[in-house]
Amino acid sequence: MVELIAKSPVADLLPVEAGSCRLVACAPAAITAIAPYAGAEEALSQALDSAHGLALPPAGRAAGTPGARLIWAGYRQYMLVGEIAPDAAVAAHAAVTDLSDGWVVLRLEGAGTESVLARLTPLDLDPGVFKRGHTARTELAHMMAVLTRTGEGMEIMLMRSFARWGVARIAEAMESVAAQAGLPD
Amino acid sequence: MRLDTGGLIDRDAPLRFRFDGKGHAGLKGDTLASALLANGVRLMGRSFKYHRPRGVMTAGSEEPNALVQIGAGDQVAPNIRATQQEIYDGLTATSQNRWPSLRTDLLAVNDWLSPFLGAGFYYKTFMWPRSFWEKLYEPVIRRAAGLGALSGATDTARYDKAFAHCDVLVIGAGPAGLMAALTAARGGADVILADEDFRPGGRLNAEREEVGGLPGHLWAEETIRTLAEMDNVRIMRRTTVTGAYDGGTYGALERVGEHVGDLPDAAPVQTFWRIAARRAILAAGATERPIAFPDNDRPGVMLAGAVRAYANRWAVAPGKRIAIFGNNDDAWRTARDLAAAGVEIAAMIDTRADAAGTGDFPVHRGAVVTGTRGRLGLTGLSVEGAGGREEIAADTLAVSGGWNPAVHLTCHMNGRPVWDAAIAAFVPAENAVPGLLPAGAAAGRMTTAAALASGDAAARTALEALGAAAPTPDVPQAEDGGTAITPFWHVTGTRGRAWLDFQNDVTVKDVKLAHQENFRSVEHMKRYTTLGMATDQGKLSNIGALAVLSELTGRPIPETGTTTFRPPYTPVRIGALGAHARGSGFAPQRYTTSHEASRARGAPFIEAGLWYRPSYFPRPGETTWRESCDREVRMVRDSVGVADVSTLGKIDIQGPDAAAFLDFVYANTFSTLKPGRVRYGIMLREDGHVMDDGTTARLDDHRFLMTTTTAAAGQVMRHLEYVQQVLRPDLDVQTLSVTDHWAQFAVAGPKARDLLDSLVDEDIADAAFPFMSCGPVTVAGVAGRLFRISFSGELAYEIAVPARYGDALFRALVTRAESLEGGAYGMEALNVLRIEKGFLTHAELHGRTTPFDLGMARMVSGAKDCIGKLATTRPGLNGPEREQLVGLKPVAAGAEILPGAHLFSEGAEAVRVNDQGYVTSAGFSPTLNTTLALGFLRDGRARHGETIRMVDHLRGVETACTVCPPVFFDPEGSRVRG
Repeated sequence: MVELIAKSPVADLLPVEAGSCRLVACAPAAITAIAPYAGAEEALSQALDSAHGLALPPAGRAAGTPGARLIWAGYRQYMLVGEIAPDAAVAAHAAVTDLSDGWVVLRLEGAGTESVLARLTPLDLDPGVFKRGHTARTELAHMMAVLTRTGEGMEIMLMRSFARWGVARIAEAMESVAAQAGLPD
Repeated sequence: MRLDTGGLIDRDAPLRFRFDGKGHAGLKGDTLASALLANGVRLMGRSFKYHRPRGVMTAGSEEPNALVQIGAGDQVAPNIRATQQEIYDGLTATSQNRWPSLRTDLLAVNDWLSPFLGAGFYYKTFMWPRSFWEKLYEPVIRRAAGLGALSGATDTARYDKAFAHCDVLVIGAGPAGLMAALTAARGGADVILADEDFRPGGRLNAEREEVGGLPGHLWAEETIRTLAEMDNVRIMRRTTVTGAYDGGTYGALERVGEHVGDLPDAAPVQTFWRIAARRAILAAGATERPIAFPDNDRPGVMLAGAVRAYANRWAVAPGKRIAIFGNNDDAWRTARDLAAAGVEIAAMIDTRADAAGTGDFPVHRGAVVTGTRGRLGLTGLSVEGAGGREEIAADTLAVSGGWNPAVHLTCHMNGRPVWDAAIAAFVPAENAVPGLLPAGAAAGRMTTAAALASGDAAARTALEALGAAAPTPDVPQAEDGGTAITPFWHVTGTRGRAWLDFQNDVTVKDVKLAHQENFRSVEHMKRYTTLGMATDQGKLSNIGALAVLSELTGRPIPETGTTTFRPPYTPVRIGALGAHARGSGFAPQRYTTSHEASRARGAPFIEAGLWYRPSYFPRPGETTWRESCDREVRMVRDSVGVADVSTLGKIDIQGPDAAAFLDFVYANTFSTLKPGRVRYGIMLREDGHVMDDGTTARLDDHRFLMTTTTAAAGQVMRHLEYVQQVLRPDLDVQTLSVTDHWAQFAVAGPKARDLLDSLVDEDIADAAFPFMSCGPVTVAGVAGRLFRISFSGELAYEIAVPARYGDALFRALVTRAESLEGGAYGMEALNVLRIEKGFLTHAELHGRTTPFDLGMARMVSGAKDCIGKLATTRPGLNGPEREQLVGLKPVAAGAEILPGAHLFSEGAEAVRVNDQGYVTSAGFSPTLNTTLALGFLRDGRARHGETIRMVDHLRGVETACTVCPPVFFDPEGSRVRG
C-alpha cells in the first residue's frame, strides 16, 4: 500500500533572513473559504460567533486570533485561517470550501517589513495606515495576495502554485533592503 | 585649484580617483567636476557633433558638457554628469566621444567642416539613394557623433523599484523646499522631502548669505537635522523627481549606489520610485541660462552661479583670473564672492549701461563679450562697449543671462508656462498639475526671503487642503532683492558661431537657418535643429533659442511659446525602469506539485499561461522530442499514461441557484445533470462566439465543480464573477477558484482502471463508475475526487487530491504506470492524442469561432436562454460563408502540415483574396502514421474528401491535403467506454 506524504511547496526555502527581517512559514491546519448566501450575512455571523466566538469582520479587516482568524477576502467572501475547520452549522448560511492547500501562508517580521513590501506592492502599508487587524486582497509582485497585519508581523498569503516564485521575490527585496541599510551616507 | 579655506568639503578625508587613466586627489564632499577643477582639469568632454573641446558649465543636473563614463566592463555607465557624480576612493571615470584622446580628437575635423554641417545638413545631403541611409550614412554618422557608449554586454548591476506614499511630497530641498517641509511636517502631515543632491540645501550651500542669523548652509543643515528627527518626515537624498503623473503619482529616481565604490551585490545602483502624494510642492529651484556670443563654448566659459558654487561649496576656484559677463544683479554676486575668496577678477561686464553694482574690480557697463580665445581652454576674451573694444586676459568667464524657474514638472500634463516679464522668464501656470504647488524660485520667487515665504505658504495651502491645522508661522529672516534683470539673449553684429545648445551643438545661426527655411514654429525649429533633444533636454538652451526665434519672427517670447517638457526630468536608466523584471523576475512562475518529479525525469518545460508544464519525458536512447512524444502517445493508446492536469482552472460553484446559474453561463443545459455525473459544456461570449469549454461535475444538488482550460482560467473566473454580480444578482450562488487546492492527474489508457484499482478504496468498475461519472474516493487514506473523463479518447480518469499530496501521488501513479508498460506523458503527447480525437483547445477556441463553426450548434440549448444565444443566430454567423472546423491529412503521408498556414483551393493563386481558411493545430500521429491537423475551411463540412492546398508563406512550405471530419481516431468513441 502506498503512503501519500504531504509536502509543502516552500518549506525548503524558509526561513529567509536578511538584515532585520525574517520570512517564515506559517502552517495553519486549515484554510476554509466561507461565502455567505444571499442575505445570510447576519445569520452566518451569528453561527460563527456561537461556534467559534468570531463575528464577520467588515471589509478590509481581519478578526480573531492566530489560532482562528477570520479574514475578509473580497466581496462576500471570507477565509477562516487557523487550527480549526468551521462548524457544520456554518454551511447552512454559506458556501464553505476547503482551501487548505490552495494558499501558502508566510509571515514577514522585523524592522523594515514595510520597506521590503514597498518593493512588491503599491499598497500603503505604513503602520499608521494599515494597522493591526487590517487586511487587503491585493497585488504583490504581479501575484494575487492577501496581506494581513497581525501582532507578529505581516501575514502574506500566496496561491500555492505561485509560492516558490513569490518567496524568491520577497527574499530578493529583503536582501536589497538589507544591503542598502549598510551603504555609506 | 583648491582655495585654502572654506567649502563644505572634508579636508581630512582625501580620496583618490582616476580620470582618463590619470590619478587625481579629491576630498569627501567633492563631485567629480569640483575635484577635476580643483586639480586644474578643465577639458572634460567633446561636443556631440563637432567634437569641440568642452569643459564643465554648471554645478548641477542641468550640465550639458561634462558627461563621463563611470566604471568598466558590463557595468559601465555612460553619460554620467560629472557635476552630480560624487567621488569615492577608486572611482574610474573616462571621457566620451573622442578618439584617440580627449586632447587630440581626430574627429574634431568635423569642426573644420562645420560650414557644411549646419542644421538640416543630413536631411538635405543623404537623400539619395534612399537605401543608403540605413546601410551606410546612418551608421557612419552615428559613429562620428554621439555621447557615451554602452558595453554591449548584459548589465549585471542590480536595480530596484519601489512605492512610497505621503501627504505632502516636497520636491527640492533648497530654502523653499526646506521651509515647506518644515511647515508641512509641523502641521502633522506625512512628508517626503526629495532632493537630487547628496547634500540638501540647494543654493544655500552655494551662496554666501545668512538665513535666520546663520550662514545659509548651516541653517539648511540644522533644518535637515530637525526634519530627520521627526517621525512623519522621510528625507530622500540623491533622489530626482522625474515626472508628474495622474492622480498625484510622481516618478522619482534615487541614485542609491552611484556614490559607493564597493557596492554589495544585493544593493541596487538606482531605485525607481513611484510616490503617491496627496499634495506636492515643487521647490525645484531655477536654472541659470547662458548668453550666446561667438565661441562661448570653450572650456573655462561657465555659468556665473556655478562659478561661485564651486568657490563657496567646494572651495574651488575654477581659474586664476576670472571675468564675469551678465545682464542681471545676480551675476555681481559671483564677482564679489570670488574677490572675497582672493581670486583675481579680470572684469565685470554688464550689458546694462545703468547697472548699479560696484566692486573693487574693473567694471564694463553697457558692454558685451564679442569673442573668446584658447583652443583647449579659455585664455582671453574680447569686450566691446561704449569705450570701444578691449582684449582681456582671463582663464574663466562666468556668464549669466538670468535664471529660468524649473517649471518642467508643471508641464508634464500639458500645462503651458506663462511669461513673467519682471524676471524675464517663464513661470508655472496656475494649477498646471492638480495638487502640485510651485514654490520658491520654481515659482519665480527669486530671492531667499521670497523662497522661504513661498515655501511656507505652499505648505499652508497643502495643509488646508488636507484638513490639517497650520502651525504657528516661523519663517526666518533672509536676504531679499538683488534680482534686477534686463533681458539679453545673444550678442549681435559679430562673426563666429554663438552656441545655444551645448550638448547638441546648435548655434544661433542654425536657428536662423531653420527660420529661413520656414521652420518657424518653436516645435518645428526644435526638430529641424535638434535643439533641446539631447540628454539634458535643453535645460540651458530652450529659452535662449526661442528668444532668438522670437527676434526673427518679430513675435514676443510669450507668443512664441516653449516646446513641451516631458518626463523624465533627468535621464532614467532602462535598468531602473525594468527593475525586478530581469530573468525569472519577468513574470510569475506557477509550478504544479509534480514539477520536481518531472524535472527529475528530465522533462523540459513549456510555458502555458504562467504555468510550467512538462513537454515530454525523455527516456534513454531517445534523441529527439518526436521519439519521446510518439512513444508516449503509443503508451496511452496501448497501456496507460499519467499526465498532470492540475493547471486546468477549477471553479467551485455552490448555492441553491447553482444549476440555474450554469444554465445561464453555459450554452448547453446543466440543471438536468445528476449528482455524481459530469458533462462537457461550452460557454459563449455575449457576441455568440465561444469563450471556453470544459467539463463540469455535479458534486451534489447545490454544488458543481467547473473545469476551464488552462489558458482561460482567469478569464472564466472573472466572467463568472461578472455574471454573478452584474447580470444575475438574483441568483443565490457563490463561485470560488479552487485550482491551487487540488493536484489532479489524468490516468489514461486501456490499463487505467488496473492502475487506479490498486490505489483507491472504492469500486471503479464500469458498472459502478461508468464514463462521465464523478465521486469522492479515498486514495491511500486521503480524501480525493475521481472523474471518469477523457481528453485522449481512451478509457481514462482524472484523480484529484489536496495539493500537499500531489507530489507523492504523481510519483506513485507514474511508478505503477511504468510497471504496466506505461508512464508519464507530457504536453506534446497530450496534444497529439487530442488532435487524433478532434478535441479542441484555445488554438481552435481562439475567440473568432462560433458554435456553428465548431460543429457544436446543436449544443446551444433551445429550451433555455444563455449568454450569447441570441447572437449566435445573427446573419453571417451561420452558413456556408463561415470557415468551419475540419480535419486535414496530407495526400502524401508524412508531408508537413503547419499551424498558421493558410488554405487555398487547387489551381487558385495563393494570395489573400483566394484565402479559404487556415490550420490551427497539427501533429504527427504515431497511431495513424501520418500528419494530422485541425483547421478552419470555408464551408468545410460540405467539402470532406476534397483536396486543398496548404501554403505556409512564412516557412515556404506547400502541401496538398485531404479535407476530412475532425475526428480521426475511434470516431464512434467506443474506447472511452471500455
